[in-house]
Order: sequence, then C-alpha cells, then structure tokens
Amino acid sequence: MERLVYIAVDGVIFASWLFLVSLGLTFIYGVLRVLNVAHGSLYALGAYMGSSLVLLFLRAGYPTALSYLVLLGAALLIGLAVGPFLERVFLRRIYLKEEVLVLLLTFAISLMLEDVIKLVWGVEPYLVNAPYLALGQVKVAGVAYAVYPFLLTGIAVAAGTLVWATMARTRFGRLVVSVIEDREISAASGVNVPLVFTFAFTLGAILAALGGAFTAPMISVVPGVAVEVIVLAFAVAAIGGLGSIEGAAIGALLVGLLRAAAVHLAPELDLLAIYAVMALVLLVRPYGLFGRAEVRRI
Amino acid sequence: MLPALAGLLLLAVVAPALPGWTIFLLSMAFAKALVVLGLVLLLRGGLVSFGHGMYYAAGAYAVGFAMKLLGIREALLLSAMGLAAGALLASVLGLLLARHRGLFFAMLNLAFSMILYAILLKFYWVTGGTDGMGVRQATFAGLLPSVAFLRLAYFYLTLGIAVVAFSLAHRVAGSPTGYLIRAARDNEVRVAYMGASVPQTIYRTYVLSGALGGLGGSLSALNVGHIVPELSYWTQSGEFVFVALLGGYGHVLGPLAGSIVFELVRNYAYKFSPYTWQLSLGAILLVIILFLPGGLWSLFERAVRWRTRWAFSSRPRI
Amino acid sequence: MSRRSSALMIPLLLAVAGSLLAVDQTSAQPPGAPKELKIGVVSFLSGPGAPHSGIPTRQGAELLIEALNAGQVPPPHDKRGIGGVPIKAVYTDEAGPVDRQVTEFRRLVLDEKVNLVVGYISSANCPAIAPVADELRILTVFSICGTQRVFEDAEYKYVFRTRAHQIIDALGIARYVLAVKPDLKTIAGINQDYAWGRDSWATFSDTILQVKPDVRVVDALWPKLFAGDYSAEITKLLAAKPAVIFSSLWGGDLETFVAQATPRGLFDQSLVVFTVADNLLVPGPGRFVPTRTVFGARGLYGPLTPDTPLSRWFGGEFRKRHGYFPIHDPFNVAASILGAKAAFEKALAATGRWPTVEEVVKAFAHLEYEGAAGPIKMTLGKGHQAVEPVGFGIVKSFDPATHEVTLEQVKTFRVECVNPPAGVKSVDWIRQGFPGAVCP
Repeated sequence: MERLVYIAVDGVIFASWLFLVSLGLTFIYGVLRVLNVAHGSLYALGAYMGSSLVLLFLRAGYPTALSYLVLLGAALLIGLAVGPFLERVFLRRIYLKEEVLVLLLTFAISLMLEDVIKLVWGVEPYLVNAPYLALGQVKVAGVAYAVYPFLLTGIAVAAGTLVWATMARTRFGRLVVSVIEDREISAASGVNVPLVFTFAFTLGAILAALGGAFTAPMISVVPGVAVEVIVLAFAVAAIGGLGSIEGAAIGALLVGLLRAAAVHLAPELDLLAIYAVMALVLLVRPYGLFGRAEVRRI
Repeated sequence: MLPALAGLLLLAVVAPALPGWTIFLLSMAFAKALVVLGLVLLLRGGLVSFGHGMYYAAGAYAVGFAMKLLGIREALLLSAMGLAAGALLASVLGLLLARHRGLFFAMLNLAFSMILYAILLKFYWVTGGTDGMGVRQATFAGLLPSVAFLRLAYFYLTLGIAVVAFSLAHRVAGSPTGYLIRAARDNEVRVAYMGASVPQTIYRTYVLSGALGGLGGSLSALNVGHIVPELSYWTQSGEFVFVALLGGYGHVLGPLAGSIVFELVRNYAYKFSPYTWQLSLGAILLVIILFLPGGLWSLFERAVRWRTRWAFSSRPRI
Repeated sequence: MSRRSSALMIPLLLAVAGSLLAVDQTSAQPPGAPKELKIGVVSFLSGPGAPHSGIPTRQGAELLIEALNAGQVPPPHDKRGIGGVPIKAVYTDEAGPVDRQVTEFRRLVLDEKVNLVVGYISSANCPAIAPVADELRILTVFSICGTQRVFEDAEYKYVFRTRAHQIIDALGIARYVLAVKPDLKTIAGINQDYAWGRDSWATFSDTILQVKPDVRVVDALWPKLFAGDYSAEITKLLAAKPAVIFSSLWGGDLETFVAQATPRGLFDQSLVVFTVADNLLVPGPGRFVPTRTVFGARGLYGPLTPDTPLSRWFGGEFRKRHGYFPIHDPFNVAASILGAKAAFEKALAATGRWPTVEEVVKAFAHLEYEGAAGPIKMTLGKGHQAVEPVGFGIVKSFDPATHEVTLEQVKTFRVECVNPPAGVKSVDWIRQGFPGAVCP
C-alpha cells in the first residue's frame, strides 16, 4: 500500500536531516571525547548566516542556482571562524579536567552564543526559501513532494561519506584515528595531538553549520532553534553510539522511520517516539548500537 | 557546618524584616538547593544526572494531585508526599540506571526525564497539560496564615526542611556510603575488591538523590502555586547541573551557596539586561569553570585553609 | 504699610493665587495622585514567541504609552497619562518556565513597585499569575493569552482580560467554514501538541460536529511545539485529501508550515483555515500569506480592523514607526492599557480623588470602553473577561511591499454568536448546542 511508501520516503527525508545534524556532534565526541552542547548554537549560526547571505545574494540579483554554493560557503565560514576560536580559547584549557566540566563549558558557550545570535541578527525570523522553491516538486505514489529535502539527503550522504573517507583513506585521517584510539601513545609517537583536536572540532563545527545552513531554506529561522536541535542530535548520536558515524546513520534511520510511522499510523505517539527509542536502545546496549565500551583504567 | 547553621539561624531571625520578594526568592533558592543537593551526592560519585528535572516534577505533581484528588492541604504532609514520590520513582528507575556510568548515565536520565515530560504533556485531561495545575494555599499545622504572613510561612517551612535535609546529607556524606561513592569514582574495581558493592552504593545514593529532588519539587510547587510539565524538561535539569557546578560539590553546603547566588544573579540579569541575560549567565559560568572549577565553595575553603594553614588538623574534610 | 500699598497688595495676592491655581489646572493632578504610574508590561522578548507576538506587543505598548504621556491620543482617551498622571513602563521578558514568571511578577510588584501589570501571551502563564495577583492585590490585565480556563475555572478580584479567549477563533472559523462550504464532508486538523492546540481543535471539531454530525474527522495531527519540520504531516494530509484542514499554528511554526506546504500544493487541494494567520503579516524576508486559505486574526484585526478614530490613529502611528499595520497583539496590549486608564478615570470621577486599587477594580468590572480597534465589553467572568466579535475571509492576494492581504467572502460574526453567555462554560455551551446564541 501507498502508506508504506509514504512512511519510507518521509522517514528517509527526516533521517537524512537527523544524520546531517548529529554527524558533527558524534564526530567531535569520537575524537575529543567532548559532548559539545554548543553544537545546537553552531547549527543556529549556520542557519542564520546561510539565510542572511542568501538574502543579500539574491537581492543583489544573482541567480538562485548559485545560492546553494552560498549556503555551503556560509557553513564553511562559520565553521572556520568559530570552530578554531572556541577550541583554542576555551576547550583547550580544560581537556585534562573532568568530563562534567567540559560538558558545562560547552553549555555555557551555547548560552552565550544564543544571545550573540540575537544581538547580531535580531529576533526577526528569516524565511529565505528561494533555494527550496527553486527545485520544484516531484510526485511519489500520487503525492507531491518537494525536491529540496532529497537534496538534503544527498548532502547528508555526501557529508557522511566524506568524513568516513577522510578517516579511512587519507594520512591525516589515520592520524586522527590513532588519536581516537589512544591519545597518549599518539602524542608519544609524535602526532601533533593539539592540531588534530583543532581540526576535528573545526570539522564538527562545519558539519553543524552545514546542517543549519541547508535546513534554513525549509524553515522559519527563529531564536531558539538551537535548543530543539541539540536534544534530537544527542538522542540520535546516543542511539547510534557516540563517536560512530555508521551508528549515527543507523540511529537516524531508526528514529526517522519510527517518527514517520508514528505520524502516519499513530499521531499521538509523535512526541514520545524519539525518547522512548533512546531509552530502550541505551538500556539494552548502554553504549549505543555501534558504540565502543570505554576501557576502565585500574 | 556550624557557622553555616548559625548563618541560617540569623537569616531566620531577620526574615520578617526582609522585603517580600527577597523572601520569595530565598524560598525558591532553598527549595531548588535541595534538588541540587541530590545531584551533588551523585556528583561526588562521578555521576552526572541530566534528568533530575523528573524528580523535581514528580514531587511537584505529587503535591498537585494530592491537593486535587485527596484534598490534602497540610504543607508538611505534602512535602513528605513529594519526597516519597521522588524516592519511589528513583527506586524504580535506579534499578535500570545504576548500571551505567559517565555520559550514558547522564543521557539515560535525560531520556527518562523527557519521557516523563511527554507523558505529563500528553495526558492533559489529567495533568492539565501545558496549562498546568494550580496549587492552592497550604495549611501549616492546620492553620491558614493570612496573606500577609503566607510568604513568611513558606519561607520558614522551606528553611526548616532545608536545614534538616542538609544536616542529614552531611551525615550521609560522612557515612560509609558517602565514602564508598567517592571511592567508586576513583576506581570501582578496587572498591569491589575491598568487598563493598558498588551497584548497591550507587543505587542507595540514587534513591536518596531522587527523594531530595522530589522534596525540592514539592516545596517549590507550594511556593509558586502552579505546576507545569516543563519542570521535567531538560533545560530545567541543565539548570540544576549548572548550580551544582556553581556552588561546588566538594561540600554538602555547596548547593546552598550556589542556589542562592544563582537566583540572585539571574534575577539581576533579568533586571539589568533583560535582552541578554543568557549572555551574562553564560559568561559567569564560563569564568567559574575556567578559573574556579571547585565552585563557589572552593573559595570559602581556600579562605578557611589559608587561615588554618599553620594549624595542623587531622580531621578529614568531607 | 501705607494704605495705598496694602490696596495694591490685595490684587497682587489675588493675581498670584490665581496664577497658582491656573498652574494647578493645567497640570491637573488629582489629589492624592502618585508622581507617576508604573506599568509592568510582560511579553516574549526572547525565544520563538518573540518575533511574531512578544516584540510587536512591546512596540504597541511603547507607542501608546508615549502618546498618552504626550496627550496625543484621540478622544475619548485624550486625557494625559492615566488620570493626568504620567506613565512609566517597565518591560520584562515572558520567557522561561512558570516559576520564573511568578518570581518576575513578584519582583515587578514588590521590587520595582509597579502599580499595575499588563501583557502575558502564554496560556501557561496566565492561570499561574492570576492567583498571585490577587494575593498581592495588584491590578493585572491579561492582554493576549487565549485559554478560557482563567475565568471559567476560577474567579479573581484584581485580574482582568481585555480580549476574548480562544473560543471566538475556533468556533468562529467553524461557523465560517459551515457558511462557505455548506455540504462539508471531511475535516482534518494540524495543531501544536499543547493546550492551545488541543483546546482550539476541540472547539472547532465539536462545533462542526454539533451543527453537522455527518461530517467525518479524517485526521488529527499533533506535531510538537516548535517542531520545525512538517514534511511527514503534509504527506499525510495530501494523501488523505480532507475538504477542510483546521490549524491553530502560530509564529515560526506557522511560517515553516506555510513554506513547506505551498510548493506541495496543499492549499490547492484542501481549504486550510488558520486562526492566527495575521502572524504572517509581520514583515520579514520571505514571509507571505498563501492564497485560497481562510485568514483568521483572532478577532477583527488585520485587514478586518474596524475604522474608528483610535484604530486609524494607532494603526497609522504604528505603521510610521515599524513599517506595517499592526496585527492583533499590539492592539490587544493597547486595549489593556486603555481599559486600565478608563477604569482609573471612572473611579477618579466617582470619588474625586486618586482611587484605591479596590475602587479601580470595582470600576473595571462590567466596563464598556473604546479599545484601540473597536469597543471592548467586559461581560463574562463576572465582568472580568471581555467579549469580541470575529471575522474571517479567504485570501485573495498578498502584497509583499505593504505587507497587506486582500480578503474575499468576508463574514463577521457578532459577539453573541461566538461568545458564550455569562456563567456558561465554553465546553458546555458547545455541547448543549449554543443556547442563547444569536447568529445571522
């Protein structure tokens, strides 16, 4: 029946958004062992920067076809500007301290960034959906879908593949993997661990901003988007296992399909779906689906 | 501990002279300090709960339902029910959660608190949903104080319960369980080799922590007069963790200091920078984390240590 | 003193006394009046409620208070300030959980020492603040919050609401739908999963089913508040093809929904009715109002604002300052301030000196006065709850340059049609088949 098709399509669309949004978070945790609460704010920064740049771009008369590059540019801009700054100035000081402190540091940064966004962009909502409308619609099983979310799917797949390929195929990627495995030995072997950390955090920031920038044409960007996103990103990353890219993908698919199923079959369960899944998965597999058990040092 | 008690006694004496909203603020600070105290007991064991809002909400809704369905209006009884609700919930969830550590403990607590939030929101015909439930004025040993004395009555109730709770917590921190949980944070395997049971220690502490959360929730509900599902939302839990860090978790009194300072700072942040209070709050937290990771309490400890530097003291500092 | 100089003294003294009295006349401060009247204005200044409701509310209050202090408001509110006393406003953020708001309220009253409080947008805050207002004996006027529970589930002495509650939106739009689509067969709803959404949908569907029991409810969707993505919900609505879709979505959620639904053709397929559509009239890049939807503005606001001297003045001034004709929120907060002013001045006239809070409250109950967009009658809730008419139309076109919308098939519903009679709860009124309603 068509309903299954709808659930599948809606599920995949939502899953790709979830994956894109949680990729940066899980990656940063994997390398730095830092749960970056400011991830939501970086997403919001990407969304605001993307919206305002596209707005300026289109008002200046340039073609909509190029606005996608502008969105990409906005993400890179935010990631490269904010990422290294946050890592060097704030995070670097407390790596050796407790996990709790690092978590709270990123929480404090997220609070501050929320107001910084308000000061820079104001409270007016941005609805810059020309890139969204430009791609038109496509009919699937008798229902019209916008094409843009499928672009998002493509971007999510591309981003995931890119990160994975970097880790697996490049020399630098292998250095990162070694730092993930054991940062002390890596440092002893001559790996520039601080540089790896900065790189990893910056990449995570770019990915967060990428999620925000490419979601912006689909939504009304208002203050507070960060708060909504961060919990979802946590949940998906946790389900998949923090630090695991494949895990984030599977987790995103699981949550995406479940939510789509809830909407189509049992709308009342919409709100509960993601948290119930998170609790269930973590109870059965405490480190997530693909997580690695932490070695307990004696 | 004694100077702190003296300070609180002084506060109790001075209270009738303080302005009305200061009394209200302090009552809220004490109520929330109880929840943070519960958090701190767990933090000393290296466990962060990012979902303590659920115990806060459990205590609050216990009061709401007791008033609505059972007609109970006695403040002490209602507080006790809040404590019981928190303890009950923690005893059930603790069975599931006590096996986890670190980040996953934090996140599982978060997940469960969000599930409670969703339930409280969804079953709106019972809980009032986002409109919430009203809490009528409570009676104190059968007496209904006049409007002029109502705030003072709540203040004394909250202060009294807080004093009792903090004293008990101080005792627990110095008890075998208290020491064991600190040891477990350092090295669980060794504790097990010693013959003590880590899961049991953690479970016991978790239930106590939940009970304190429920108690704080009930007192807060009585004071504010209105209960909403947002009490279980993760941002409320985050606020408790913030305060725990602000006050410091080296000593049982840290939460009290942190809670009072937080309420005052947030109020003035609202007053003087209503547009950018998050920025102010975040900056303060940042400064504390970077330069004073032991929290405000560590400032006090440093002062004391500096004074007694020359005096040899073998009394263990808990 | 010689006789001649003392003869001069008397006219001199009279002149001085006369000039003193004359000065007293122009400043017109009643006996016992405070130096200034402090008003606390509470609305969302941060978070998702700010752009479409909170900030416009603050802007409306600022505009009105400045004009009142300068004596520039048209009659009948042309007296300066309130009763001649200048107004000082204290603005505060409605963000944060309920206990934060209760603390803020107490701070406003006990620390800032405001004389009255107006505002409040969130339906969660109004029921919580009301008992505190009575406890502190401070005049509090709710401007925007929609839950009917405030005055239907309890009684308050010092609390008033100068706009109608959510019933006029949902019930009114149901009546509109029945009028333009008399052979309606299927309905569906997409509303935010919280009290406002639930109550709105219940009112709408109950009304439709009460009048036309053969209508089938195809679906009721409950995305969470601030969900940000409605792709799956839109798919379901496109597949189910209901004739009418009811939505009480507001703010950023409404914008996002409209943005995502338009290219997929939802508005071509079903008649979508929005009770808070006027949120889309706040200017901003990309904002638009979709055509062929039913436009609701929570009363006679937006393009349906009645043309009175006050509305012309307020709307004009607001447009001069902010570039668009105000939506319902600024008008609502203005109505609250004007209502308080009217009550104060009525009590002042009755007693001849500055009135006590109790006297003002007595004057406010059952008051009928000229609001910023038409008359306001405090009829329900023992004289504490206002009633309003409501109107709707189908969007014919939207002009992004002026941020204005043109409506066709406009129908207005009078007060007695969409507000329950005094003493009857909304839910009961609908279930009983609207006894006492006067509908055309």
